[in-house]
Amino acid sequence: MVTNCCGEPMLNYLWGFMIIIGVIYGAFTGNIQAVADGAINSAKDAVTLCITMLGVMSLWTGLMEIAEKSGLIKTCTEKISPVMRWLFPYVPPQHDAMKHMTTNVIANILGLGWAATPAGLRAMNSLAQLNDYDKTASNAMCTFLVINVSSLQLIPVNIIAYRSQYGSTNPTAVVAPAIIATLVSTIVAVIFCRIMLRRDYSAKKTRRSESGVRG
Amino acid sequence: MKAVVAVSTYIIPVVMMLIVIHGMIKNVNVYDEFVNGAKDGMKTVVSIVPTLIGLMMAVGILRASGFLDLISSALGNVTDKIGLPAPLLPLLLVRMFSSSAATGLTLDLFKEYGTDSLIGLIASIATSATETIFFTISVYSVAAKITKTRWTLAGALISTVAGIVASVVLATLMSTSS
Repeated sequence: MVTNCCGEPMLNYLWGFMIIIGVIYGAFTGNIQAVADGAINSAKDAVTLCITMLGVMSLWTGLMEIAEKSGLIKTCTEKISPVMRWLFPYVPPQHDAMKHMTTNVIANILGLGWAATPAGLRAMNSLAQLNDYDKTASNAMCTFLVINVSSLQLIPVNIIAYRSQYGSTNPTAVVAPAIIATLVSTIVAVIFCRIMLRRDYSAKKTRRSESGVRG
Repeated sequence: MKAVVAVSTYIIPVVMMLIVIHGMIKNVNVYDEFVNGAKDGMKTVVSIVPTLIGLMMAVGILRASGFLDLISSALGNVTDKIGLPAPLLPLLLVRMFSSSAATGLTLDLFKEYGTDSLIGLIASIATSATETIFFTISVYSVAAKITKTRWTLAGALISTVAGIVASVVLATLMSTSS
């Protein structure tokens, strides 16, 4: 998960056009007073929302600090390494790439966006090294990216904070459904990657046997 | 579906308890470490205040101008056929490009339709189960200096669609069972 607020290049255009379209459309439809109020009230709402988020977010990062210090996060990382080996059969288990990918996956699951992104970037770097810095993505890179963006997450901390700010009667009611939905998207991602891997492998095999016949 | 909601209510308290128990077994000063970690959370939230102000303001302007309603009514005929409420479409599209812009739209939907309405539930579940695929893939590709991503985008789109379908189904089940 990329939670970094800055450096999203598309956002500069998106944001700019949102303001321009909103003001022009509001002027044409006679809603310009509402547009002015909307801008000011939304800015105020953002600050109130952040006060709720201060609580919920700090609660979660506090718990994660305990999990980090007690070695729980390290244990989780070790527990998923067989799964990682199955997903990335061509990456040597002791290679740095495997270590960074595992850290990235665990950080994503626990909602530690700020830890996930640096590990993910380092993983891509190590994978590039394994791929001899080819311009075409390796199978491991494709698999890693697809699984990364399928967004496996245990507890959607942000959404819970937003829901409680906007008066939900049960802000955490969506936790289990969100886990199921994210599992569905991740399982679909894994199946897709396995199919592509197998297809790639059998294509290579046929090519090899054809050249073998000729040679 | 009631059972799923009940499980949801248990997950956070149980996870909290397990983390604390594990910490105490390992002789961690659990309270001190909690306070330490909470400071990081404070810093993270303070650093996103300007982002949230900027985005909620932009979405607030679009909402007040009536433009979001225009999009929803224009897309309504198409989306209604597949059981997806039209006001969600802008969110689901923006979600693939920018996570902060998607946050602005999610909050707008919560305000406009309520967190526990069908729209609010789909927005909650779908934003948790999807990712900013275009942004993440491009940043990671730059890191690995690759220009051809082969089947990455196809896989990411398929898994996003699967996550959205699952969100709509689960949210519909939740809102009809309660």
